[in-house]
Amino acid sequence: MAVQETYALGQRYIGCGAQWGKITVTQVPGNALGAYLDGGEIEVLCSAQDATGDTMNAGEIVVHGSAGDATGYAMRGGAIYVRDNGGYRCGIHMKEYRDKVPVLVVGGSCGSFLGEYQAGGTILVLGIGCEDRAPVGNFCGTGMHGGRIYLRTRFLPPNLPEQVAVAEPQSADLERIRPLVGRFCEKFGGDPESLLAGHFFVLTPNTSNPYHQLYVNN
Amino acid sequence: MAQEYLYPEFQVVRDLSRCTGCRACAAQCANGVHRYDADRGQMVSDETRCVNCHRCVAFCPERALKIVKDRQCFRENDNWSGDAIREIYRQAASGGVLLSSMGNAKEYPVYWDRLLINASQVTNPSIDPLREPMETKTFLGKKPDTLRRDAAGRLVPELPPQLELDTPILFSAMSYGSISYNAHESLARAAQALGTCYNTGEGGLHRDFYRYGANTIVQVASGRFGVHRDYLEAGAAIEIKIGQGAKPGIGGHLPGAKIVGDVSATRMIPEGSDAISPAPHHDIYSIEDLRQLVYSLKEVTRGEKPVIVKIAAVHNVAAIASGVARSGADIIAIDGFRGGTGAAPTRIRDNVGIPIELALAAVDQRLRDEGIRSSVSLIAGGSIRSSADALKAILLGADAVYIATAALLALGCHLCRSCHSGRCNWGIATQRPELVARLDPDEGAQRLVNLVTAWTHEIKEMMGGMGINSIEAARGNRMMLRGVGLNEIELGILGVKHAGQ
Repeated sequence: MAVQETYALGQRYIGCGAQWGKITVTQVPGNALGAYLDGGEIEVLCSAQDATGDTMNAGEIVVHGSAGDATGYAMRGGAIYVRDNGGYRCGIHMKEYRDKVPVLVVGGSCGSFLGEYQAGGTILVLGIGCEDRAPVGNFCGTGMHGGRIYLRTRFLPPNLPEQVAVAEPQSADLERIRPLVGRFCEKFGGDPESLLAGHFFVLTPNTSNPYHQLYVNN
Repeated sequence: MAQEYLYPEFQVVRDLSRCTGCRACAAQCANGVHRYDADRGQMVSDETRCVNCHRCVAFCPERALKIVKDRQCFRENDNWSGDAIREIYRQAASGGVLLSSMGNAKEYPVYWDRLLINASQVTNPSIDPLREPMETKTFLGKKPDTLRRDAAGRLVPELPPQLELDTPILFSAMSYGSISYNAHESLARAAQALGTCYNTGEGGLHRDFYRYGANTIVQVASGRFGVHRDYLEAGAAIEIKIGQGAKPGIGGHLPGAKIVGDVSATRMIPEGSDAISPAPHHDIYSIEDLRQLVYSLKEVTRGEKPVIVKIAAVHNVAAIASGVARSGADIIAIDGFRGGTGAAPTRIRDNVGIPIELALAAVDQRLRDEGIRSSVSLIAGGSIRSSADALKAILLGADAVYIATAALLALGCHLCRSCHSGRCNWGIATQRPELVARLDPDEGAQRLVNLVTAWTHEIKEMMGGMGINSIEAARGNRMMLRGVGLNEIELGILGVKHAGQ
């Protein structure tokens, strides 16, 4: 794949399906940046728009700013790091299978519907700059039936659905978070230890079969 | 079961003068209807478990078995049918949403049966397909509005990607998970032999079947199961599933019990975890959003593959299809409300959506009126039961048809409508290895080839009778159709005259 050197402001599908190479984006890209990304590396030196990393399979996307709605939609692998905030419906439908565990890390806060229908993978919201409130909007984890969401906050999000279980992080959780926070600080600065010293909630589904009791054969 | 007020719907009639007690029936029935009673020295039945799939009947070497509708009945009337009563008992006992399989079971008009095909007499003589060439080759995709020539007068080929089919019949989407590995293999091999395509549905593509890629449509639906670069590259076309005729407006839930072994690996989700496809794509809220997905799929496959958008036939289908045609889709698949499914809420299956005949005619007309008919091809599905249905669809405006229930019947399905139980005795809608092994892909593929070959020949004969020698000339040729027993509004929507006119 020929690596394009410069991209237009608002250009869509940058790095779509890329399997290798590094792409640096200096102006705000259009939607679906790194869709189906399959191993490449994308660094955005400003904010990104909607559907960043849609259905991405491998590789890394780093956004030095905020990312729009549906960031990491249906991710299957790889990692997305967003320095500031994420929009609505981030990380929905993330999956995992054996060693393919996608990661979405957001430094600030996310909008509503974070991790809706989440079936796997790890979402970490650090809540930097919004320490006085929950760093996510409404309906976090609705329909969640796999994976885990870590929130660095003392405030539980509003309207948590029934099938989401809230817990304090165990040592295995901290081991999982540590390298992600490390990578975040490597990219954007900050002190990993002071971030890790904050209070976290772990959100996990309390069933992997949320519809089990819903039906009767006819 | 007595406390649920549900009595067996079927009676197992065993002719004891023929039964040798060989227990073949017991071995064949995954529902556990038959067992040998040692005390009585004979086979006995538990009818409450029977779904009337005929597996035992077909395998009884002595022809000692019959399954008949039990004459035990409710005091039915025209308003309260036995089904309506039974469904209330089921829900009162469980509190559950009624779940059914296969297509709409209710008595709505089947317009195919009210449409008649023309034939030539005297002038414009008919054509004998055994003697003269009849073209059933079909190209699905955008057709350019204009031709361009270079300075030397040579045509500049600018044809958008096309799906080339030897016959205008494709196998519709059924996921690996909802149907078995052997069923998928049968479909894939038949599609290859027939020069047509089968469709993965939303369950990913098993590694073993990548070699049938040139005859595979890969589906992308709201759950995005199994979707990755290699998968998109593997297919001959990519289908975005927006809706399904059997359950418009809702998504799918493949229960964790069916997510086992290779199904889990192909979908790339853990064993035993539900596979949930939500009702909408959560990144599509407008035609512009749909366009974004269409073009992201084109982008990742370098524009080499046509993109199909599949929608359910619903009330405003013509306006919706017009929007979809403008989204950049190359092909629109419309699925009527009689289309099948491995599981759907009964109420939605039986009450939501509209017949494919009306939807297809309305869409074709709308796209013609707007001058954009050639910018997309149309595939019609949702209970095409015969070559006559297929040809009527083409005459109403379809470029090709999708079949799925008919294909399953060819594989041995007896339409017992119990797919959701996962205990398909014919090895089709099941993941139990001992049941899957009952479907031999060699035989299955051959039966599918037989069916579609026969249909294709019948289509040629009917076309020949009309003096038409190509699908191209039959498409949208509504003058070749007449309605019978239809009112003026129906005739108007279908765009056909009444018989005798």
